[in-house]
Amino acid sequence: MRDGVERDPSREFAALAEAVERTGGSAAALRNPRIASLVVHQNRVLGLNALPGLTMDAEPLPDGIRAHVEVAPGTVLPDPVHLCFGVLPKEGVQRILATFRIGEGASAQFWAHCAFPNAERVQHLMEASIEVGGGARMAYTEVHYHGPYGGTEVLPKAVIRVHKGGQYVSEFKLVQGRVGLLSLDYVVHLGEGAVAELVAKVHGKGEDRIFLREALHLEGPYARGLVKSRIVLQDRAQAEFTGEAVGIGPYSRGHIDCTEILWGAEARASAVPKLLVVDERAKLTHEAAIGSIDRKELETLMARGLTEEEAVATVVRGLLR
Amino acid sequence: MAELLRIEGLVVEREGRAILRGVDLAVAEGEIHAILGANGTGKSTLAHALMGLSGYRPARGRILFAGQDITEKSVTERARLGITLAWQQPASFEGLTVREYLEIARRGGREGPAVEECLARVGLPPRNYLGRTLNDRLSGGERKRVELAAVLAMNPRLAILDEPDSGIDVLSLDDIMEVIRGMNRRGTTVLLITHREEFARAAHRASHLCGGRILKTGDCAEVVRFYKDFCKECASLPAPELEEVGQDEGRR
Repeated sequence: MRDGVERDPSREFAALAEAVERTGGSAAALRNPRIASLVVHQNRVLGLNALPGLTMDAEPLPDGIRAHVEVAPGTVLPDPVHLCFGVLPKEGVQRILATFRIGEGASAQFWAHCAFPNAERVQHLMEASIEVGGGARMAYTEVHYHGPYGGTEVLPKAVIRVHKGGQYVSEFKLVQGRVGLLSLDYVVHLGEGAVAELVAKVHGKGEDRIFLREALHLEGPYARGLVKSRIVLQDRAQAEFTGEAVGIGPYSRGHIDCTEILWGAEARASAVPKLLVVDERAKLTHEAAIGSIDRKELETLMARGLTEEEAVATVVRGLLR
Repeated sequence: MAELLRIEGLVVEREGRAILRGVDLAVAEGEIHAILGANGTGKSTLAHALMGLSGYRPARGRILFAGQDITEKSVTERARLGITLAWQQPASFEGLTVREYLEIARRGGREGPAVEECLARVGLPPRNYLGRTLNDRLSGGERKRVELAAVLAMNPRLAILDEPDSGIDVLSLDDIMEVIRGMNRRGTTVLLITHREEFARAAHRASHLCGGRILKTGDCAEVVRFYKDFCKECASLPAPELEEVGQDEGRR
């Protein structure tokens, strides 16, 4: 399928649209012909709407889809492009092989809604190759909505290249429902003066297992990058965060910032910063805070009348917002 | 005026060391009562103990609020009775907006003015601040003003203000004092902790805290004079004698 509107009025579309609402997105946007969107259920493309300057192709694979998204050089998309990936049955596999090309000087924002509301044994794999051209800007927000069973495996991998003066900003958010297993692996290669900001927010519960690896390769001079993770772990959930930065370009700057909150005696968290300076003029820094919620924050809210439980919930909600 | 707060023989220890060593104090309902003392004399410890913060549970003594013994009550219970604290160095919160914070305070207390009004009173234009988060991007002075706005939003019976003047530029001190007077006029009793004499002078009464004890309580000018004279005397004495002076003065 290429540019143009194709709509599947199936119940799957409606169910996915409903799940999008639960991720804080707008179901109406998926039906709006003036807003670009791609809706995929397992390996079926239920809807695809491209706009001038934006090309989107999607072809089915036996266990998923292959998608190509391209924004023409100089194109500035005024509204976010909505991407919706989901598996509605209790079991299934969805593999997304995606390429994104943002042409020189272009600007585009993507909102990806990933819904697995009934998952008991669902695997969602993504392999993405992203190219952000010189002076271009790409923002990618991915919000997940999972069911309560903890039966989802989410395995996203992305290699991102940001060329001279380009910008890449991403936010990955999995705070609704059970995580299940999450193994996220993002690597960003930054050219001269390029900027990247990677943010991940995850709320683990029950027996959830979370592995995050986010890496900045600051290759060009004056490249800048920030990796920021916020993880809250309840019950027996476990998380392992690895933040990497390699300072290759002169005057490049990288910062790794990790906060992991343990909200339960049996939760476990670790954070591993890996910093490698290749050029002596590069500067890399990191900070990590792992532990329970700061007592002063809780008591400040309690002094305003909240109970301790309400104060904890308020701090967690803010952290994962 | 009726007594709102009474502290009897309060002893608070931190890491095996007594910080408050038998504080006795009575605060009348409707007054601004300054607690004056040099750095390290236990002023913040007193504020934290009155709010019931963890790590500041009294080893001895008791705290009475409106005639009720609150020594064993939790922070939340004290807040719901009408006590609140503005921290000297307020906490920062990621993702919590100024509006949300002030709404929490407003709901948790006696429903003070609207949050917009609270911010305006402390000199922060609401449209510029309500949407901002209480994170490190607010300056220390801005965060202190938001803390004061949260107290206004609670409209408490007793506000414990721990050095509301620190981190505030000198030109704004009069404005901050006017905010405190305003909350007092609207029915909040204020325990104003400070080491700044000019700030203490604006209170109705004052007490001088030194070495973990209240050495003198009375008219502000008199206590300020005592503080200045006594502290100069203290500074010239070796440490063991300092404690003796404190005890002697306390018995006067």
